[in-house]
Amino acid sequence: MAKFKGIIEVDIARCKGCNLCAVACPFDLIQLSHQVNHNGYNYAVQVDATRCTGCSSCGIMCPDGCITVYRTKE
Amino acid sequence: MDEKIIKSPENIVYQKPRLMNDNTMHYCPGCGHSIVHKLVAEIIDEMQMQDQTIGVCPVGCAVFAYRYLDIDWIEAPHGRAPSCASATKRLWPNHLVFTYQGDGDLACIGTGETIHALNRGENITIIFINNAIYGMTGGQMAPTTLMGMKTSTCPYGRQADLHGFPLKISDIAATLEGTCYVTRQAVNTVGNIARTKKAIRQAFENSLQGRGSSLVEIVSTCSAGWKMSPEQSNKWLAENMLPYYPLGDLKKL
Amino acid sequence: MHNDHEILLLKGNEAIAHAAIRYGYDGFFGYPITPQSEILETLALLRPWETTGMVVLQSESEVASINMIYAGGSTGKCVLTSSSSVGISLMQEVIPYMAISEVPALIVSVQRGGPGLGTIQPSQSDYTQAVYGGGNGDYHNIVLAPCSVQESCDMVGLAKELMMKWRTPVIILSDGSIGQMMEKCTLPPYTPRRTDEEIRQQCPWAVNGLGIKSRKPNVVTSLELDQAFMEKRNKALQEKYKQIENTEVRAEYYLTDDAETVIVAFGSAARISMGAIDILREQGHKIGLLRPITLWPFPNNEVLELSKRAKRILVVELNEGQMLRDVEWASQFSCPIDFIGHSGGVIMTPDEIVEKICSIAK
Repeated sequence: MAKFKGIIEVDIARCKGCNLCAVACPFDLIQLSHQVNHNGYNYAVQVDATRCTGCSSCGIMCPDGCITVYRTKE
Repeated sequence: MDEKIIKSPENIVYQKPRLMNDNTMHYCPGCGHSIVHKLVAEIIDEMQMQDQTIGVCPVGCAVFAYRYLDIDWIEAPHGRAPSCASATKRLWPNHLVFTYQGDGDLACIGTGETIHALNRGENITIIFINNAIYGMTGGQMAPTTLMGMKTSTCPYGRQADLHGFPLKISDIAATLEGTCYVTRQAVNTVGNIARTKKAIRQAFENSLQGRGSSLVEIVSTCSAGWKMSPEQSNKWLAENMLPYYPLGDLKKL
Repeated sequence: MHNDHEILLLKGNEAIAHAAIRYGYDGFFGYPITPQSEILETLALLRPWETTGMVVLQSESEVASINMIYAGGSTGKCVLTSSSSVGISLMQEVIPYMAISEVPALIVSVQRGGPGLGTIQPSQSDYTQAVYGGGNGDYHNIVLAPCSVQESCDMVGLAKELMMKWRTPVIILSDGSIGQMMEKCTLPPYTPRRTDEEIRQQCPWAVNGLGIKSRKPNVVTSLELDQAFMEKRNKALQEKYKQIENTEVRAEYYLTDDAETVIVAFGSAARISMGAIDILREQGHKIGLLRPITLWPFPNNEVLELSKRAKRILVVELNEGQMLRDVEWASQFSCPIDFIGHSGGVIMTPDEIVEKICSIAK
């Protein structure tokens, strides 16, 4: 099983697909999904959590408060 | 480590601010307003001022700010938020009173109210979102629209002889005796967002400590009005807005 | 601070300033304009912020003043502003906001001659502005018309009761002559301003953060995007107006019991009419006065009842016939209605009214 240092959770229903989280991620771990949510937006997904450090850049940048960032204590 | 283990509440390092409710914001994708809303919600919560804060909404895109932040709000007529805040603060001297205004509201129809509230040294904070355009009404020229910039009411670009010059209201505010803190920030990068948060916190502290008026200008985007993607807008902001509206403190006493 | 009544010789404007402090108002926000500047000047001289804690602020414009009381009232505080004709015109921007958002506040309108800058002499040219409103949408203000210095003082107390009871803007429609003339005035004892806890209990709707952790956030706004909901708010407002019309009408009768001729006049025109009535009574005329004290709600039933038993009605106003229309409508034309008026700041004499009565009551 992979070891996570950080991971994000996207509130898909609120996401407007602005892509600013993807731009903010220092490791390019976020992309817009090909699927759309009920508002028709291509919502953000973390495509690779293995390299996420839980730095919170995506969450801080997300205008709609859709991203919760988790990080392990160690 | 299992994904389920890491996604436990004690591992949360960032989440939607507690004082921001679940209403979906009406702002366009990538709008700077939403980012500033989050900062305001975070700061009020950190300062434990929820039950002692009165916000004043503008007319413009942020007219519905009261739908998203769980504090008490007054919705002011267009441009009049500083007058509303002045009276509110004087009647509730221990409260945190702030206005949240855009460039059309603050720097155009409400210029008089803004200048006089700041000049009286009202112990309020004015949060001023400058995106150089009228967003809510659909992209018309604002007092802060840059020279040459195209909007629906200057479709061939802003020209001095037709439209006059972009107004640097913060520079004016910095000359007023009543202001203690005038700063210009942006929310186009994670670093700038952190600096903006610090600035708003500073302004709120000033208001509570009775140091005078604080004005926090936040240079922001309007991707719908500028007709660009949010990503392109942030780039355009850095290349075009910031040279004319440079970031940093204009006055700090 | 005296804790009882005090009798002073005061201008109408000065009495309003004293009364605002004594009735426990929390704040005054105003801008100088003749003929009402004594209200702000008297408050500045009395320095109530050092005694009752009342806030007094000279704003940068009437537009700012009205927004200040809009906000002050929104937070549950008891606030007032004052101005005169052209200044009140500027305030029309925000009065509808207060009406639909149900924000209590007092606006003192000390009328001068109009239209436009007009004159600085007394007039009643803003009856329509106060009663029908110069702002947008379906709304009313409670309008009180004093005819003496004492009544100017007392109405500040009445306005406080009414605005808090009905959550609505109240206008005291004074004029340059009542504002400027000096009369003996018995000032009320001091009522303490309400505490935060009292405001919290009496104004649970108010925007002040108090108790927000155990309630939903309060918002004062007139904005709705949903037209059906906006109409619902309008209907509720009209319902409230009906209740006000049913319960808050006030009028004074002067020698109307046997009157064949009834003068209908408010404010200073009523004072002048009383002088004329005394002269005419001495000459044997059966004449009396109906004085509307509330201009909205208008004493429709009182006018109708008198018009059914009088031979004629004379409406006397210091304008070109603004209340006249309301009297005609209320009377259902049950008797002939005549009018005499001056405008532009010219005040009539009792003799003019006497002459008019003699010509129509032959």
